Amino acid sequence: MEYIDKMSNLDDKLYTVKYTPDTESHLLPVQECCRICKSKICTVICPAGVYSWENNKLVVNYENCLECGACRIACETSSLGWEYPKGNKGVTFKQG
Amino acid sequence: MRDNKTDVIVVGGGPAGISCAITIARAGKQVVLIERGKFAGSKNVFGGAIYAQPTREIFPDFEKTAPIERKTVEHKFALLGEDDGTVISYKEKPDENASYSVIRGKFDRWMAEEAQKEGVILVEETVVKDLLLDKGYVVGVRTEIEEYYADIVVLADGVNSLLARQIGLRNTITPEDVALSVKEVYKLPENIINERFHVTSDEGCIYEIFGGPMLGMLGLGFLYTNKNSVSIGLGVTLSELVKKSLRPYELLDKLKLHPEIAPLLKDGELLEYSAHLIPEGGFKKIPKIIGNGVMICGDAAMLVNNMHWEGTNLAMISGKLAGETAVIALGKNDFSENSLIRYADELENSFIIKDLRTYKDLMSGIGARASHFLEYYPQKINSFFKMFTTTDSTPKRQNYRKFIKSIFTDRKFTDLPKDAWCAIKLLWSILIK
Repeated sequence: MEYIDKMSNLDDKLYTVKYTPDTESHLLPVQECCRICKSKICTVICPAGVYSWENNKLVVNYENCLECGACRIACETSSLGWEYPKGNKGVTFKQG
Repeated sequence: MRDNKTDVIVVGGGPAGISCAITIARAGKQVVLIERGKFAGSKNVFGGAIYAQPTREIFPDFEKTAPIERKTVEHKFALLGEDDGTVISYKEKPDENASYSVIRGKFDRWMAEEAQKEGVILVEETVVKDLLLDKGYVVGVRTEIEEYYADIVVLADGVNSLLARQIGLRNTITPEDVALSVKEVYKLPENIINERFHVTSDEGCIYEIFGGPMLGMLGLGFLYTNKNSVSIGLGVTLSELVKKSLRPYELLDKLKLHPEIAPLLKDGELLEYSAHLIPEGGFKKIPKIIGNGVMICGDAAMLVNNMHWEGTNLAMISGKLAGETAVIALGKNDFSENSLIRYADELENSFIIKDLRTYKDLMSGIGARASHFLEYYPQKINSFFKMFTTTDSTPKRQNYRKFIKSIFTDRKFTDLPKDAWCAIKLLWSILIK
């Protein structure tokens, strides 16, 4: 099953995606809300692993965002600021 | 009259927005189509296949010139256990109502180019930040750089429709109302695809996949053959992922490892990974789709029939109906909700709302007994075939009796009548009212 192992790493998956990263984030968590959030569910359900909880802070790797919007809807405290990236930025799907 | 004004602004260059814009342009009206991606289709993801009949309503000759991958000739319904599976296969003799696998990055782009040829002004790489309001009417949009005015603004801005939310037409969407879908496209040689799926180079195969890593969950896997690639993915209700704390791509990795699926992808090279939300709230979650000077189409209006994997067709037809209504409203110079109600009425009379109403109770009904309908029975069907195909020198009658007895003893005795009652209620809601 070697060929499957090769497919199973998130970094390898994201490596196939074409991004034009912006210099500022389009995902804006309210850290005070994140601190009281129990589930921190965005760190789990995000298909691009954008969110991680490090040093009592939600770290946002917005450059990897696939712009699906799941984090906004799943956010336990409904506090996540979520916008589309600027017009010439973000993800470009070629095979969607 | 302002100089930065047009007849209609359509926000979103997907199937809904393009269909709407081209309908308006064909009637000789001025229409600006605004797309936030680098090109139409660049932010879009689906399974996927498009359907010939509704596509022909917008593009009568698309089969001759559109970038099509393969014409569907085989539908497979795979009911997967943990490591076994039952597959029902239907070989279709394709007629004029065929479906075609397409790649959105190519197909949507083609549709947008066709729309431009017919007079639609396409503005790409532009995000609409706000809607402009005046005396209770939507009168235009504010992009990152300018304000632009129109008699009517059509929102075809997709499942997240931040704009519909902004003007209060749309209620808050909850994790129960959307499925999170992840998809991977694997490059494979054309002849290998033909051999693996028993098709010729123009023919394609679709898998609808139940169970497997999604056993017990409201979720569905899919596989589509393209010319030189195979798309595999799954969509699971976001609330299930939240409740069970699951990473969607790990479910997909498990699905790819399933013995029924793995050989189909063997030696494929991953071309692209993608993710998208599917609006699955159904009839009960359709927002208010009209207001003064504004209409909502496609995913933004939650128009998806998840039972039949239909979305782009609902998008195209809703876009067309909104476009026709815009043309009539322009003729009357009346852009009030009262005038645009024609769109809501036409949608109501079309298959779109009729179908969504037919299935209004389905997801909640099945979801309420998910561990039974989506786990127990799929497993049971596989164990029936396991029993039926096993040769182990025990008498067959004994095996049959054991299997039938297990149906009554596997679970609480009351589960069986509960399931039967639930099934009858669902059938009633689908067929009668």
